[in-house]
This record gives sequence, structure tokens and C-alpha cells, in this order.
Amino acid sequence: MRKSPLLRGAVVSAAALLVLAACSTDDSVDDPAPDAGADPETSESADASADTEWFVQADFDEQDAQRSATFEGDDATPWLQYIDGPMTDTKKYATQEAQKVCFANASISNPWRQTGWITMNQQLKALQDSKVIGEMETRDAQDDDNTQIADIDYFIAEGNCDVFIISPNSTAAMTPAVERACETGKPVIVFDRGVNTDCYTSFIHPIGGYAWGIDTANFLSENLEEGDKVVALRILPGVDVLETRWAAAEKIFKDNGIDAVDYFTGADPSKIKQIISDELVKGDVKGIWMDAGDGAVAAIEAFEDAGVDLPVMTGEDEMSFLRKWEETGLTGLAPVYSNFQWRTTLLAVEKIVKGEAIPSEWVLPQVPITEDERADFLEENDGMPDGHYAKFGGEDLPGYPQVWQDRKIP
Amino acid sequence: MRSRLQHLTSTGIVVAVLVLSLVVGAILTAIEGRNFLSSGNIDAILTGCSILGLIAIGQTLVILVGSLDLSVPFVVSLTSVLAAGHMAGEPGNVVPAVLLALGIAAVIGLANGLVVSFLKVHGFVATLGMGLIISGYIGSNYQGSHGLAPRSFRLIDATQIGPVPLTFLIMLGCALLAILMLRRTRLGHHLYAVGGSPEVARLSGIRTSVPVVVAHVLCSVLAAVAGLLLLSRLSVGSPTIGSQGDYDLMSIAAVVLGGTLLAGGKGNIVGTLAGVAIFAVLDSVMGVMQVNPFLKDVIRGLVIVAAVAVYAGREIDRRPARFDRPTGLDAVLQETK
Amino acid sequence: MSTPVTTSTPAPARAAIPAHQRGLGGRLLAAILTPGGAVFVLAAVLLIATIQANPNFGDPGVVMLFLGRTAPIAIAAIGQYYVIVSGEFDLSMGAVIGTQVVLAGNMIGEDPDKVVPVTVLMLLVGAAVGFVNGVVTTLLRVPSFIVTLGMMLALGGLVSYLTGGAATGNPVDEFREIGRGRFENVPLVEFLPYPLLILVVLAIVASWLMRRPFGRNLLAVGDNPESAERSGTSVWWLKTRAFMISSLAASVSGILLVGYAGVHPSVGDGYEFTAITAVVLGGVLLGGGRGWVLSAAAGAIALELLFTLLTVKEVESTWRDTVQGVIIILAVAVAARGWQAGRRPRGSARQAPSTRIPTTPTPGTTNGDN
Repeated sequence: MRKSPLLRGAVVSAAALLVLAACSTDDSVDDPAPDAGADPETSESADASADTEWFVQADFDEQDAQRSATFEGDDATPWLQYIDGPMTDTKKYATQEAQKVCFANASISNPWRQTGWITMNQQLKALQDSKVIGEMETRDAQDDDNTQIADIDYFIAEGNCDVFIISPNSTAAMTPAVERACETGKPVIVFDRGVNTDCYTSFIHPIGGYAWGIDTANFLSENLEEGDKVVALRILPGVDVLETRWAAAEKIFKDNGIDAVDYFTGADPSKIKQIISDELVKGDVKGIWMDAGDGAVAAIEAFEDAGVDLPVMTGEDEMSFLRKWEETGLTGLAPVYSNFQWRTTLLAVEKIVKGEAIPSEWVLPQVPITEDERADFLEENDGMPDGHYAKFGGEDLPGYPQVWQDRKIP
Repeated sequence: MRSRLQHLTSTGIVVAVLVLSLVVGAILTAIEGRNFLSSGNIDAILTGCSILGLIAIGQTLVILVGSLDLSVPFVVSLTSVLAAGHMAGEPGNVVPAVLLALGIAAVIGLANGLVVSFLKVHGFVATLGMGLIISGYIGSNYQGSHGLAPRSFRLIDATQIGPVPLTFLIMLGCALLAILMLRRTRLGHHLYAVGGSPEVARLSGIRTSVPVVVAHVLCSVLAAVAGLLLLSRLSVGSPTIGSQGDYDLMSIAAVVLGGTLLAGGKGNIVGTLAGVAIFAVLDSVMGVMQVNPFLKDVIRGLVIVAAVAVYAGREIDRRPARFDRPTGLDAVLQETK
Repeated sequence: MSTPVTTSTPAPARAAIPAHQRGLGGRLLAAILTPGGAVFVLAAVLLIATIQANPNFGDPGVVMLFLGRTAPIAIAAIGQYYVIVSGEFDLSMGAVIGTQVVLAGNMIGEDPDKVVPVTVLMLLVGAAVGFVNGVVTTLLRVPSFIVTLGMMLALGGLVSYLTGGAATGNPVDEFREIGRGRFENVPLVEFLPYPLLILVVLAIVASWLMRRPFGRNLLAVGDNPESAERSGTSVWWLKTRAFMISSLAASVSGILLVGYAGVHPSVGDGYEFTAITAVVLGGVLLGGGRGWVLSAAAGAIALELLFTLLTVKEVESTWRDTVQGVIIILAVAVAARGWQAGRRPRGSARQAPSTRIPTTPTPGTTNGDN
């Protein structure tokens, strides 16, 4: 008695699914299916990363060279500087009308992104006052690829967008969605993490992870002896902008005979402190390398608590590190992953609206803060919270400095 | 408590909450100058339901037998990278890659089930540990996006029938099979029996380990299906995609929101789907209203607790379902009678 | 090592643990064989393995530093113990710690005079969170898993929203001393970190509390909610107090972590799972009614020792999760066998422990005729 209804149900449902499946194939014409043209590009990139190694010598060499490249534009406004290269013609987008900008953001889940997001909103106010941008609609994916794809698709379908800004949550996964945005014919600006296509109007980013790794590992190698131990504190695996930092640094450490051991910390200071304390019990630690400076203070305090000499250290331009660095007087360097790129994206919209050509790949300067410059940056950013980034580049925007000091997230 | 609601089962209430959230959602969306029923919005909501829905169906089965599965996010990630790696962009590899992913997931589920039922480790700990084990494996072997899904496989995500995405239909298909299993098979009845009271079930001659193991296997396999659909959507395998969605806690929340008892023994798939849909509608509305991402979490937290509170209090006064005269609505909804 | 024997208080509702039926030697042996005792052995084995791998870890100063930094998680585990033993979960712990850390950073700031009032405020906030968790769980009858999950999301989001994701900075050193300071020149152990002292005091209070009627009733409720309810115990207030203890413990952890690690929004991340893992490692049964409070603290120490051992052994960072997962499952599997053995005198060994939600009657099998 029991089996027959089950069997019937199963057959019916299987048949229904089959019908549906058949139906779907027919209907796939009007779908935003990834077009065949996209395939070679994506598969090419997949081949390049097929060995799951992050280190690509050509990229390493390119970014190494870019560290000493000349940047076009005024040194006083580094967020508008770029390395000379191919430009995108934007005359067809020129308009007098205030634009509707749609921003698909990966997240604001760390202090670096929060600082940039605040700066971006103040830049938005300035551009709304000058009637360049009418409205910016933002969708925040909360660090989820799946959500961000849905966000971009929603913008395409319902957003009524004049310009797309996308800060991808991850590179390869977001590529098809960015391509769909490009197919709308509207300008698309990508910033921070990249995508495996060049359909965008402009891809805005500082030099990159390799440059970070080169700056920092060179600094540590110069200030340490061969055979010295460096503890590398990394946030999490699998994020390209972070992985390339470590890939470059690891190579340089190896070349210079530095004994480097790496840990994932999730930027949790108590975890950082535990790791360093244990390492100090095992033996001397001469250097600390970080792929992001968040939590750097705990690393230094671990040395203080153990009562041993402070290490040579690279952190980031986060205020907490700069302050602790000055207080302790350790030998250090603050590499920078230029936070001001968040305002560059909106300034790029302004240029597009005006029909000015913009760099297809807009490489922003990425200059570490050295000990000599530290005092200046500390003074300029006096009163900012610990999670603020010194090179945020918003000093000339409305609301400075109050908005950043209050850290009100829109 | 015993008011006009008394004839509604908890599933009925969940569906009522869903209808309410749809109405409120439509109004709020309209206030923002958007159309709640536009194809783009429907697509977003249904897509939002698909992945979490699949995982929550599996989670329902596991919770029904009185266990939990916290390893689902890692199963999702693992199947996504494994399948992508084996497909490597070749259409001919799709079938073996899919079978491999499902097979591995089944083995993981089997291990979970065996640890829970034979080693007597609580599901919470067993699957937390399993999650850590898989997470270590993924972290050691995959450092970022991996492999590539061929176009034919990506079509699964890209295909729509009218406004309904194929992924959603796949999820519904899995839900239907799970409902049939619970309603029409001896195994399904044993699942409820073991979840309700392992001792009674054992005394009445049920081998209690079988439903527990099967539920865990099905849960992992459904998580693998979710991982495969995510692969189809992302076009590459991602070692973190499962954790990104917080699928462990959110799926449990959806199951409980859907009226299933966390202690096991009582609940159903339809309620779970309604719970998932409530989340999707909530996300859609908060997206349209551009709610601050931090506040989104606050609202989610409050909604989860408030929604469960609506019927959790009256659950206790309810007589066993079989003594009630079911309403027409319930007869449709309640597959557990 | 023998502390669990003297402090364990079996609930009157259940059969005596073998530990209480023999002489001292036998009791000690029997206690070690139960999961609550085995965790002390596990901790000792891990400590020996660590010292063997690197003798520096046997240095009294190093051991003290280690115990000092383990105090926050051990205290959290003690708090979580009360909730778990009553048959519930507290997933809001990490969020409470995060809240307290940010409160300390933003409200005390550079003003030493604010240390005392803000500390009091923090404890009040902790108690309030626990009260809400308890009341919603018991009176509104929402499963604690969901209540505390909702609390975790809501509290975490609210704090991030109010502070813009990042706190202003570390509070004054006077406040941080609580978690960072130490008594110097202590004989035998070189020095004594304040957090360790606080842990010891709290552990004593906790085991005293478990011998009080409150503790015994809590175990009884966790073991069999219905019988406890019938015996006139006010279940809602009992459990609500357990939740308040848990949140207060998280608050104390937070205060210590401000000192140890400094103010950062990610402090406390994942503490709920670490604390539950520690409690379970301590042989405490999820689902309630069973386990010793000091074993929970020992579970935390064992867990932290495991992390240290992985560092000493230079296990590759990516594989640590796997090792941790295997050990947790194995330890709990062994513990489950132990409880079964412990219960054998009563006859029917209980089946796989299930997450019992005590406020709902054990549901009958609803697989009736279809």
C-alpha cells in the first residue's frame, strides 16, 4: 500500500523535472547566459592559476618596475595620478545630466574598507553638490560572492543605472557578472580586486600585492641577517590581493636566506599575541611581516610582555600601528595599499561624464610610509580612531576631519 | 494561547508570516519606488532561496533525527572546488565531476552519521569537528579560485523558465523528493520516530542508527548539490564559498523558523522552505532600502527570534497533531501527519 | 588533578557516579576514567608532549604566561558550562565579548577615573544580555540556539553600527593592567598573572555554586526538565540565572582580553564555538545534566595546549584545523564511552544524546498512519 503512491509520486516528479529540463533548453535563448566569446578569456585565466600557485613571475616583475615608475598628474592629489598607458575614450558617455551610480560593494567588514567607504561617501557629497552624480545606490554583498552576483544582476535588471561601480568580492567568480554589466553598454568601473576580463571602462587599483610584498620583504631583508627568523602574520587564505603580497615576500625571504614561518590570524589580536608568544618561547624572532597591519599592536605587545628586544617589523598605514611604532621606536615600515582609491572611483565617474579619457587600467601610486615621514602623518591624522588609515586622502573633502573621527558608517 | 490560531499548525503560522513579510516587503519596496514583482526582483528572491533552501532541506532531515550539521559550509566549498577542478572547462568531464562531488559528500555524510550514531558524539561536536577537518584540507590544497565549469554546466544557473530560475526548480525538486521520503517511506517515519524519542524508537524495534546515518548522508549530498549550483553560478570553484554564506547557522535558523523542533521528531520541509523564503524576502527588501550592512545583521537577528517566538509559545499547548481536525490549508502543508 | 572528585556534585535525580562508591584511591582512578576526569589527563599529556617537543615550555614563567592567556577562554568555558549543563546553548558569547571590548575602548578612553564606573556598566550590560537570553528562552519558549544566535547577530551588528566597525583605540593602561598585569617575585612560579588569579577565584566560586541548591537544581533541570518542573523548581529563573552567569563570564573574558589583546572588533570572534568545544572536551554532555564545572575549565586549557603544541610542532598553518577537528571528535567519542560506562549501573544506557529543548514535551512519534 505504501510503496505504490511513493512510486507514483517519484515517477510524476521525475517526469515533471524532465519536462522542465527540456523546456529550459528551449528557453535559454533569452537568458543572460555567458556568451561564447567570454569563454577563451576565462579559461585562459583558469589555466594560468591551474597550478594553484599565486606567484606569477611576469606580474612580479611588472609591479616591481611600477614601484619606481613615474606617475602622471600632481603629487598633491595622488588619487588622480596614474601610470601612463592605454586610455579608454569616454566621449560617448559625455552628458550634462546628473548620473545614477550603482555600486556593488563586496563588504565593509574591515577597518580598511570602512575608512574607504566613508571617504567615498564624502566624495559623493562633493560630486552631488556639483550635480555630476544625482544618486548612488549601493548594495553590500557582506563578503559573499553569491550575493554580489545577485546584486549586480539586480542592478542590471532593476537599477536604472547610468554607471556601474563594482568592488569585486573575488576575482574569477565575479568575472561573468561584470561581463553582463559591461553588456549593458553603460560604463563599468572596477576597483580594488580585479576581474578576468577587460570589458570595463576602467580598473582602478594601487600597484598591487607583489609591490607590497617586495617593499616589505626587501625592508626586512635589509635590516636582518641571513638565517634570522621572521614570523609572517596573514589574515586569511584565498584572497588574491593578500596572497600575492605573501607570494612576493616569501620568494624574497627565500632568496635572502630569511627563515620565515607564516600563520593565519583572521586579524584577531589575541590570536596574534598567542602565536608570537609561542614563537618567542621556541626561539628568537627577529622580524614580523604582516599582510595587513590590522592587529599589529598585539604583535608588538607580545614582545614587550616577553621582555625581549622588539623586532624589525612591517605593518600598514593604519593609525594603531603608526602610533605604536612611534611609541616604541622599533625599526619599521608602513606599507600602504592606497585607501584613497575609494574616492578615485567616483572621480573617474566625473571624468566619464565630462567625456575625458581615463586610463583603462588606472594604476594608483602605492608608496610606503617610512620612519622619516611618520611624524607628518601622525600629526595630520591626529584625533582619528585607531582603525583609520593615514593615506585615506580625504583631507580636502567636505566633513573633514569630523566625519572620519566620528566614523559614522552611512 | 488557545485562540483562533489553534487550528493552524506551526507550519501554517510560518506560511502566514511569509505572506505577511511578502506584503510588507512589497509595500516597502513600492515606497522605495521599485516594483516588488518585477522579474529582476523575483529572480533575485528565488535565486536567494535556492542555495540556502537546498542546504536547509538537508538540515531539516538531520534536525528531525535529533542531530545537527555544522559541516555544511565546508562540504559546499569542497564540492565546489573538487567539481571545478575535475571539470577543468571540459563539457565531457561534467558528469564524472558531479558524481565525484556527490560521492565525496556522501562519504562525508556517512562519516558524520557513523560518528554520531556509533561513537555517540553529539551532532554539534561531530560536525563541528568534521567541518574543521575539511576546512584544513581545503586550506592546504586550494588557495583561491580553482578549476572551471564549462559553458554547458554554467547554463544551469543561466537558465530561466519565465521568471523562475532553473536552480530554484532543482531546489524544489529536491524538496519534493525529501517530502515524499518523509511521508511515504518507512525510512521517513523512522526518522521522525528516532528524533522524537530514540529510546521508544529502539524499543519498538527500529534500528536507530539507520535513520541518523541516512539523514546525515542526505544532508551532505544536498549541500553538495548546493555547492555544484554555486559552481555553476560562479563558473569557478571557490574554497571559501560555503563559509561566505554562513550556511551552517543560517540553515539551522531557517529550519527552526520553519517550525521544526530543534530537539528533533517534529517538523517538515514546507515550513523550512517558508523559513528560507522569509530570509530571502527580508534580504531583498533590505537590499532595496539600502540598509546599512551592520544593521542588516541586527534586523536578521531580531526577526529570527521574533518569528520563532510567535509560535514557539503555543507549540506546547498543541495536542498531538493526529487528534486535530486539520484545516484545508494544513492538509496541504503538513506532510508529517 | 583530584579536584573534580571533591567538587563534583551529582544531581540527586540521577544515580551516583562510580567515583562516590569507593575508597580514595579507587575514587581517584574512577574519576580519571570518567570524561570529566579524563580531560585532566588529556591536558597533562598535551603539556608533557609540548615540553618534550621544546623544553622551554617547562619553564615556570612560560607556564604562567600560558595560563594567564588561557584564563579568558577558561572563564568563558566556565560560563558556558552553566548554560550547557542546564540543557541549553549560548552562542552569543563572542558577540558579548566584542561588545565589552568596544565599550571599554570607547567609554574609558584615556580617563583613569572612568575605569570603575565603566567596568560596572560593562558587567550590567553583560547581566542584561544574559537576562534577555534567559527570559526569551524560558518564557517565550524560543530554543536557546536561536535566541542566542539572534543575539549574536543583533549585538554584533549593533556594536559595529554604533562604532563604525572600529573602536577609537585602547583604553588607559590602568584598565588594561587587569588582563596584562602580574604579581612579580612569587616563589616557585616567578610571577602570577592577574588573569590566572581571577580564573582561580572564579573557578572556586563556580564549584561552590554547583554545590549549592542552585547548582544541583540546574543539573536536575538539564537531566530531566519535566521532573524538575514538577518538583516545584522555578525553571525559568534557574535557567535565566545560568544565562546571566554565562554573559557575565563572557564580560569578564572581555575585560581580560582588552588587557591581553587590546581593543579590536574581531576580539571574541568565534569564542562561542571555542567555549562550547572546551566544555565538551571537559566531558560535559551537550543536552545537559552531566559534567563538572572544573572539567570545563580544564577543557579550555587542554584546547589551548593543543594550539600551542601545533605551533611547537610547526604543523603547517593550513592543516591545524584538521588536527583540531580530529582531536575534538576523538576526545568526545572517548568521553561518550566514559559516560556510558558511568551510567551502566542504572541499567539502560542512554542513546545518542540529543539536543533536548526542555520547555517542550518530548514529542511523540508523529509518524502516524498516513
